[in-house]
Amino acid sequence: MTDTRPTLAVWKFASCDGCQLSLLDCEDELLAITGAVRIAHFTEMSRAHVEGPYDVSLVEGSITTEADAERIREVRRSSRRLITIGACATAGGIQALRNFAEDGAYASTVYPHPEFVSSLDTSTPISGHVAVDLELQGCPIDRRQLLEVIAAELVGRRPVIPGYTVCQQCKGRGTVCLLVSKGTACLGPVTRAGCGALCPSIGRGCYGCFGPSEGANPEALAGRLLSEGMAPVDASRLFATFYVGNPVFGNQATALAAAETGLAEQEEQST
Amino acid sequence: MTHGSGAHRTVAVEGLSRVEGEGSLRVEVRDGVVHDVALSIFEPPRFFEALLEGRQASEAPDITARICGICPVAYQMSACAAVEDACGVTVDQRITALRRLLYCGEWIQSHALHIYLLHAPDFLGCADAVELAERDRPSVERGLALKRTGNLIMETVGGRAIHPVNVRVGGFYRAPTVAEVGVLVEPLRRALDAAVATVAWVGGFDFPDVEGDYRFVALRSPGRYPIESGRVASSDGLDTSPAGFADMVIEEHVARSTALHARIEGRLDYLTGPLARYALNSSELPDPARQAAEDAGLGMICTNPFRSIVVRAVELVFACHEALRLIAAYEPPDPPAAFVPPRADVGTGATEAPRGLLFHRYELDENGLIRTARIVPPTSQNQITIESDLRRVAQASLELPDDELGWRCEQAVRNHDPCISCAAHFLDVTVARR
Repeated sequence: MTDTRPTLAVWKFASCDGCQLSLLDCEDELLAITGAVRIAHFTEMSRAHVEGPYDVSLVEGSITTEADAERIREVRRSSRRLITIGACATAGGIQALRNFAEDGAYASTVYPHPEFVSSLDTSTPISGHVAVDLELQGCPIDRRQLLEVIAAELVGRRPVIPGYTVCQQCKGRGTVCLLVSKGTACLGPVTRAGCGALCPSIGRGCYGCFGPSEGANPEALAGRLLSEGMAPVDASRLFATFYVGNPVFGNQATALAAAETGLAEQEEQST
Repeated sequence: MTHGSGAHRTVAVEGLSRVEGEGSLRVEVRDGVVHDVALSIFEPPRFFEALLEGRQASEAPDITARICGICPVAYQMSACAAVEDACGVTVDQRITALRRLLYCGEWIQSHALHIYLLHAPDFLGCADAVELAERDRPSVERGLALKRTGNLIMETVGGRAIHPVNVRVGGFYRAPTVAEVGVLVEPLRRALDAAVATVAWVGGFDFPDVEGDYRFVALRSPGRYPIESGRVASSDGLDTSPAGFADMVIEEHVARSTALHARIEGRLDYLTGPLARYALNSSELPDPARQAAEDAGLGMICTNPFRSIVVRAVELVFACHEALRLIAAYEPPDPPAAFVPPRADVGTGATEAPRGLLFHRYELDENGLIRTARIVPPTSQNQITIESDLRRVAQASLELPDDELGWRCEQAVRNHDPCISCAAHFLDVTVARR
């Protein structure tokens, strides 16, 4: 009997393994998934490897080496649909902070022999290298959203993934606004929903781990944070984490860092 | 993949699987003797120590969690301990207990993942847990249920299973209520039974007859099995503070690996992880774990690396039992976090990640900014010992045909549950016979 199940491949680039772990974290659904799709390549899970082409490839991680830049092109060639999962694959991840550093500075901080390390000076999203069919956001991605994507792929429909903000999810949960009621720094107004508005529900400001929402206006939020008394450098750091490689957050972080430098220069002139 | 035949051969297994991360492994046999072994880690480096410079110390737990999606709590706990050490803050016992409960969740999740999905298929001749489930679905379902219970603890205490959001320097953003924590009791009772069944299940596997000559290093803390704190002890008599240990460990950079190789000064290699924790602390295990270990034929020390799966299962029993104990005694810390005023100083934090000792050291300035960071994960510390194991196991298995020898070598690596994502801050096997 021939195996007619669609094939699924999972690929890893520079990342923490957390997003692919989300697939294994579908404990209740894992055996149902493997009944509906054939896992053809998933090194974290299996020794078995089935040659492509693959119906769907899930790609975790960012591109940080020449070899990986070549490997993602091979993955693209062997995949009918290519879906990137997580902040690393969709925006470059926390390691994209290197994009803002001096060339080579990072390697020499960590490694005694930077010449042994063949690494690019940038960490870039998969979409910077090949065409991507769908991007699933989050650091880490949400397991339920991953199941929705896989289920939608199986029947050939568009997955229902919200593009609105964490703010809206907070309202839905009935969480009192931290920014308004306590002046807590919160990226909820500019961050994509998907986590379930977890941080505000425990009294913590959103730290933006699902990246910018559709139509986000980070400049307006930055102004509000500064008016709450936050130093530009601290506001800059808030935007410069897991989605610093997305220009919406990255440019705001750069602008705030520049504002801090401007303030320091003003102070110097006045003294 | 194999090259050559007879006494001289090269066996290559490319793309080492069922480990966390990207690496390769090569064994070269000359004249019937294992001539050279090399574990290469080609996980692309992500430069965490560099990107932490200039960040607020309060950001260290969330940033370093992203080193590893399998053991983020370990990173968060070691980061918190190091920053608190630098700032001279000791947290309330209730906060320590809640941290330990969260950490039990990670041990359960990670050990269940390794035992059932990554390691057991080797012993049963399966490529993966999906194939195993076709033959023995109840066992795989038991493993997944255990894993789910670990994740449930992490979600209840940490807010999220991967990269928990509730951890902060000083403690937690919000302490869960007694009722919220109480919901974990029933699943944990079932998990405890499942963990005991796991020990019996893996205890019945066939184990190659290999004994390692290990220098074990683990935390030790009187009266309890170590998780979130302790002094660093070794099987050859070391007993020092985490800071003292960090001073002794030197890391070397070799061309084939983006993971630094750690040794104790004086060029001693060592092993951290379940075998080490167990050897140095088995007398501290509570009765159900002690009993399960005895029933499976484990002594107070286990030096057969293949039997590490049994030790991991015993630690599962311990972690379920310990979580139940912590819940029974739970008092929500109030406030949920200690105030940690910035101070210009150096701090070290060491905790027991599921895979072994993980230490962080930060040098902070007076504003709480990180001047320098040093992070030493278990896989870096174990890398030299894993290579010694590989040599020993390959030498003892040369009668196997190349493909089976390759698989055996993979197992020699998987025995230690290496986390390559952590270490590069592996697996691809080559066996060369000439």
